[in-house]
Amino acid sequence: MADLAGPTARTYTQGEFDSMSTASDAVRADVTEDIAPAAPARPRTLAEKVWDDHLVVKGENGSPDLIYIDLHLVHEVTSPQAFDGLRAEGRQVRRPDLTIATEDHNTPTIGIDKPIADPTSRTQIETLRRNCAEFGVRLHSLGDVEQGIVHVVGPQLGLTMPGITVVCGDSHTSTHGAFGAMAFGIGTSEVEHVLATQTLPLKPFKTMAINVEGTLRPGVTAKDIILAVIAKIGTGGGQGYVLEYRGSAIRALSMEGRMTICNMSIEAGARAGMVAPDETTFAYLKGRPHAPEGADWDAAVEYWKTLGTDEGAQFDAEVFVDADALEPFVTWGTNPGQGVSLSDVVPEPQSFTDPNAQAAATRALEYMDLRAGTPLKDIHVDAVFMGSCTNSRIEDLRAFASIIKGKQKADGVRVMVVPGSARVRLEAEAEGIDKIVEAFGAEWRFAGCSMCLGMNPDQLAPGERCASTSNRNFEGRQGKGGRTHLVSPVVAAATAIRGTLSSPWDLDNDQAHDEQKAQA
Amino acid sequence: MEKISTLTGVAVPLKRSNVDTDQIIPAVFLKRVTKTGFDDALFSAWRQDPEFVLNQEPYKSGKILIAGPDFGTGSSREHAVWALRDYGFTAVLSPRFGDIFRGNSGKQGLLTGTVSEQDVERLWAAIEANPGIEASVDLVARKATLADLTVDFDIDDYTRWRLLEGLDDIGLTMRDEAQITEFEARREPWRPKTLPVKI
Repeated sequence: MADLAGPTARTYTQGEFDSMSTASDAVRADVTEDIAPAAPARPRTLAEKVWDDHLVVKGENGSPDLIYIDLHLVHEVTSPQAFDGLRAEGRQVRRPDLTIATEDHNTPTIGIDKPIADPTSRTQIETLRRNCAEFGVRLHSLGDVEQGIVHVVGPQLGLTMPGITVVCGDSHTSTHGAFGAMAFGIGTSEVEHVLATQTLPLKPFKTMAINVEGTLRPGVTAKDIILAVIAKIGTGGGQGYVLEYRGSAIRALSMEGRMTICNMSIEAGARAGMVAPDETTFAYLKGRPHAPEGADWDAAVEYWKTLGTDEGAQFDAEVFVDADALEPFVTWGTNPGQGVSLSDVVPEPQSFTDPNAQAAATRALEYMDLRAGTPLKDIHVDAVFMGSCTNSRIEDLRAFASIIKGKQKADGVRVMVVPGSARVRLEAEAEGIDKIVEAFGAEWRFAGCSMCLGMNPDQLAPGERCASTSNRNFEGRQGKGGRTHLVSPVVAAATAIRGTLSSPWDLDNDQAHDEQKAQA
Repeated sequence: MEKISTLTGVAVPLKRSNVDTDQIIPAVFLKRVTKTGFDDALFSAWRQDPEFVLNQEPYKSGKILIAGPDFGTGSSREHAVWALRDYGFTAVLSPRFGDIFRGNSGKQGLLTGTVSEQDVERLWAAIEANPGIEASVDLVARKATLADLTVDFDIDDYTRWRLLEGLDDIGLTMRDEAQITEFEARREPWRPKTLPVKI
């Protein structure tokens, strides 16, 4: 247990988690070697099955396995040096037909018909365009109907499927694990490696089950599950693991909700997060542009149905979360593990037993300009950001719109709504969501990473405080000196209405209060 | 990649945990399309504080970074490794690293050694007793030495071997190209293809 508790892990006192345990010492590689060829098949986890089916060369004597990569997603930030490396060695892209690029990190979300104002951003985008043209890689540029955040584009095109391996030079590649794919972020050297060989040398990951049983209350969402998990195991708790999210609360989630959860696996330090494919997955995929068709579809579904973790398979660690007890969650600090229920108060640094966690909390409170003991709901915000690869899909926008519909944003709060892709934007506009957003007093933007990270014009000013549906509350992440509270789309919406960190529950209370007053 | 065996240089105590890659290099510096020249970007927000360790005279020419747990968490940006390397760092010791950061380091010849939290505390104390002292990191023996203090560090065998030999991953993989081609021949037709374009 102790080895799972990262320095940011907090002793949880609200009874939201009933237990957490590390399983036996069964290390995956050891077990594999014990199997004689004639023995009955050893029960395996979802992650092990996908791994085994992509094994090109089994590593021996401590060397890594060589794993085949089915889908390589590329964007402008982590690829220029990789293409340069290919050129320097006279290498080609081995499988352009398994590679797809989009522009997202640097791109502005207004005035997209004009040249990009920042010359270094423009150069990076132009470099991607040149590289894709030279090496024959499919690219969806700014203005293209398929452009958008790379982790929104892959699933919506039907390229992300169960049982495949997906990589991208971006840590939030874990998003695609929602389909039962093994998906993880890589560095630029590895981008070059995959471009050249369509493989990666990798050591097997350990496996951790995150069991989420129960039913979420209205107003509690996938985002709250994952923020609570990270607060529980800490930002280092998942290091070296693939997390498999299981249990009735996960099964009940839409694909969008599962993507939100898998997306933030990296914030617990994990390489990947996965959910076993089921009818929800198949229904989401069927009919998408690149989904298999006809006999291929039938063969695929038959295989996908075999991928779930076998009865009796051993995880290296297990975590249990009680979905019934979860409340809307919010971060108070500068790493995603520093979170509590919205009904809670800013914690005392002394409440952490680990001295590193104490020091980190002290520093975080100073950066966030917060005092221990302050109720989270008393905290005023300057901005609300609704977007990012965590929460910018159509269902997220619908949830946000359902709360703000017919209301006005709080005075002095800047509210920005950024769809994850050009397609999501069109879909939302067809449903009238853009009109709801604009009538609310918020900005309706074009697709991109936007205010999730300070790489494009959408940034916080120093000292500004933001309720954000994104994934990282690191110092300066949303702009130098900016202060970030990570929240769900419905908490973002309620916060935009009230001007203080709030959930839909508070709106219900406000309404009851108003009605009472009217009656009196 | 150059072969590494023993690295020596000024040791720097970075007394913080959870140093994410956004702190090592903020996103604004990721717009460059080159792989070098990131030395000014390293810890750029923190370096504006005169009290920050790299602004202290004995540590300005640091080569060996001794950091708190969970160093290099967060974003996959390899620029974090390039920035450390361009500044002059050749090795980082920490009780825990972000997985992607550690992988990236191995590809770029930056040694990342895992040491116990107690040993990090001892190393910090030894450095602060003698600011500017040099550390010696012996990859063969997996030991770091600071004056009369020697601690063990951990690094996986494969990465150690590659660093010792200065080997390039793509070259190593291409020795197995026949097996890659064979694997490709048996891939099922339902697996995704980005080309031809379907919309």
